[in-house]
Amino acid sequence: MSTILEMRSITKEFPGVKALAGVDLDVTEREIHAICGENGAGKSTLMKVLSGVYPHGTYDGDIVLEGDTMRFGSINDSEDRGIVIIHQELALVPYLSVAENIFLGNETRNRFGLIDWDSANHRAAELLARVGLHENPTTPVSQLGVGKQQLIEIAKALSKRVKLLILDEPTAALNDTDSAHLLDLLRNLRDEGITCIIISHKLNEIADIADRTTIIRDGRTIETIDMADPDSTQDRIIRGMVGRSLENRYPDRTPDIGEEVLRVEDWHVDHPTQAGRNIITGASFNVRAGEVVGIAGLMGAGRTELAMSIFGRSYGRNIRGRIYKNGQQIQVRDVAEAINHHIAYATEDRKQYGLNLLDDIRHNVSSAGLGKISPGGWINGNEELKVAEEYRASLNIKTPNVLANVGKLSGGNQQKVVLSKWLYTDPDVLIVDEPTRGIDVGAKYEIYTIINKMVAAGKAVVVISSELPELLGICDRVYTLAFGRITGEVPVAEATQERLMELMTIERDQPLPTKELNS
Amino acid sequence: MNVIAGARDLMTRHLRESGIFIAFAMIVVLFSVLNPNFLSPGNLTNIILQYSYILILAIGMLMIIVAGHIDLSVGSVVALTGAVSAVVVIRMGMPWYMGVIAALVVGLLVGMWQGFWVAYVGIPGFIVSLAGMLLFRGMTYLVLDNVSLSPFGGTYYQIANGFSNGLLGGAGFDVFTVLIFAIAVVGYAVSQWRSRQGKIAYRQTVESLPMFALKILLVGAVVMWFGYQLSQSRGLPLVLIILAVLIIVYALVMQKSVFGRHIYAVGGNRHAAELSGVKVRRINFWIFVNMGFLASVAGIVYSSRMNAAQPAAGNMFELDAIAACFIGGASTTGGIGRVGGAMIGGLIMAVMSNGMQLMGVPQSMQQVIKGLVLLLAVAFDIWNKRRAAAAR
Repeated sequence: MSTILEMRSITKEFPGVKALAGVDLDVTEREIHAICGENGAGKSTLMKVLSGVYPHGTYDGDIVLEGDTMRFGSINDSEDRGIVIIHQELALVPYLSVAENIFLGNETRNRFGLIDWDSANHRAAELLARVGLHENPTTPVSQLGVGKQQLIEIAKALSKRVKLLILDEPTAALNDTDSAHLLDLLRNLRDEGITCIIISHKLNEIADIADRTTIIRDGRTIETIDMADPDSTQDRIIRGMVGRSLENRYPDRTPDIGEEVLRVEDWHVDHPTQAGRNIITGASFNVRAGEVVGIAGLMGAGRTELAMSIFGRSYGRNIRGRIYKNGQQIQVRDVAEAINHHIAYATEDRKQYGLNLLDDIRHNVSSAGLGKISPGGWINGNEELKVAEEYRASLNIKTPNVLANVGKLSGGNQQKVVLSKWLYTDPDVLIVDEPTRGIDVGAKYEIYTIINKMVAAGKAVVVISSELPELLGICDRVYTLAFGRITGEVPVAEATQERLMELMTIERDQPLPTKELNS
Repeated sequence: MNVIAGARDLMTRHLRESGIFIAFAMIVVLFSVLNPNFLSPGNLTNIILQYSYILILAIGMLMIIVAGHIDLSVGSVVALTGAVSAVVVIRMGMPWYMGVIAALVVGLLVGMWQGFWVAYVGIPGFIVSLAGMLLFRGMTYLVLDNVSLSPFGGTYYQIANGFSNGLLGGAGFDVFTVLIFAIAVVGYAVSQWRSRQGKIAYRQTVESLPMFALKILLVGAVVMWFGYQLSQSRGLPLVLIILAVLIIVYALVMQKSVFGRHIYAVGGNRHAAELSGVKVRRINFWIFVNMGFLASVAGIVYSSRMNAAQPAAGNMFELDAIAACFIGGASTTGGIGRVGGAMIGGLIMAVMSNGMQLMGVPQSMQQVIKGLVLLLAVAFDIWNKRRAAAAR
């Protein structure tokens, strides 16, 4: 096996910041090579250098591909040499068909200069078969789920005769089945002779699929390890990424559980546009002061829908059921009422639903609790700045100052801004939806610490997550949700991933195991 | 930090805004070199009188644009409100204030009509106001029976053509005008000082004292010079007082009030705003009501200035108002923009039109140049943003 790609002491500076300080990377032909590092370690910058987003001359160091020194001036140059990058945010046009997306910018034309759709669709079908996707090439992409869209991106890369495929967090938005399928596909592609570089935060996934792993920290290569080596444990990778060993991935907490704070009874929600389609059916749950309650469920089980319908009817229609706060039944007809009842909901989709990316940290932090600093409807700007500074310090938001745009922060720091915003509303119940999605190990630990501080102060937290180890690591009790029904309630001491998974896959018409519901 | 470093720091931090100020200053200098009459007291007065209604419209338009909408109907609303006022005052012979009240009521009703469709039915503002543009123009013709009504005369005529002059006598210039400007400068200095003290109390970084004094002196000097020029001509135009009050009030609303912040939140990310407890529909409704209100104010000022209500009044005003916002740095996709920026944008258009008229540039050429200015201003803004992003 020969080296296909070598990057030698790549250094990239932005004004005032050294993003890469001499990174070395060598990738062998026909291997799956993982790159690990915390957010901000320089992984994305490195891949942008490799794919020509930062053209030759704007960085120092050499890129050697198949023995030749490369001087890419643009993405087109790197694609000509068979390097294709698939970004975390997929770049598909929703209203175009699968085939149109695959050949976008690369259309085959007939002799009249028009696109030959018959041959394009035919070739698209072949590519889809290679990635194991059984869809009609004329289907609009918007009708397919994220998992299938990811496969279309790979088909698109294959149509460009890719030799070196780079995937940035390919499974971040996928459920377990889709992830497993994608990883299988990558193995097949490797066997067909395609080299893969995969950037991922999911360490068990890396352990599962990578042949070798390069760890990057603070713009430097720490080490490249062979995953076949028994010493290449997840702990070793984490140690390399954070520069210290994380004894425990979840901070310790001694539960001190008090009175019930929130109880939801017999909650029903219908789909907002499809009449008669039930999304949540008769869900009941509660959470007590000082308690972290988890809600586990597969994609599409209705986790987010349950939370958002409770949070001021932000989702669905024909919502029925009862909400009790501290034993009193309450009405929560809109978000303002929810905030007044000290209920907070931090969304799973920071960019779409959580933040105003055009605005600065300061205004985002105050956006849900503006009333507290605005006597008579006029904002006290100095007080606002002080509040934002306090949260920057206490939540360790890494930014020179709070006047920086949130759109430019890393995922972990954006998540801390979202949490700051909700902590500032002084919630008694905080519902966090996928609080650690797409953020690195170090930042995850910090988020868990924030949750622990909340419950230590006698508040209640509901965590929605698709990562079962996370729920087992931080919760006191876990509810399972499947097809819109609460199918089980398990104290964490009795819970295992297998037990939860069993409850999470109970189908709509199957009877529920009554034992758990009464515990 | 010495003064020069401070100035440079201020410039780079506010390049987006200062860029437009510099462009404005350059245009003013250019025209004053090309035409010595440009900065004469009489001409400065004329610029204010001629473009006051565009600036009034641009205030409301800015709020609509920041929220992510657009309003194409304001020109027609200017015509309709002016027409209603003319019918009340001229045809029915009622006193001037009844005309004003009638116009304001019509403006508010128009705003509620459009706000309802945009906020509660969910039709894009572009469509609603495109329909409104036809609707209200047609209604203007109906109200006026296809003929112009004139003259208003009397107090109504004074709204846009009146001056406060000679209240305190003069010594070659109007003392009252100069006094008002002096009070404004002192008020500005005091409010800036208090804001600076507030920042110091909260341990924020502030510009150094000499830098601060220099800024106040510079602004004060320009304002006083402007006031002195006006006082040598016809005195303080009433419409300038109306305009100044509107600008100050709306700039405060946009920058300091919860309502204003919610407008930015809706334009920046509607979903996030909704999930933060912002009542998005209510905000959308009220900014259109407000636009109707300001359009009726502009309608009153315009009909007063023309001393008549004409069926074709206000034609294309919406485009001038929209251009003012975009030249002044508002984002086409919402979420970004300031009242002050829109005012400078409007003044750039005003100064260019006026300067070219003085030089006898034909109307056709003026249109071409104004079109290019709009395009280049937005291009500059985009280039500027990219540069700022690259400098990070």
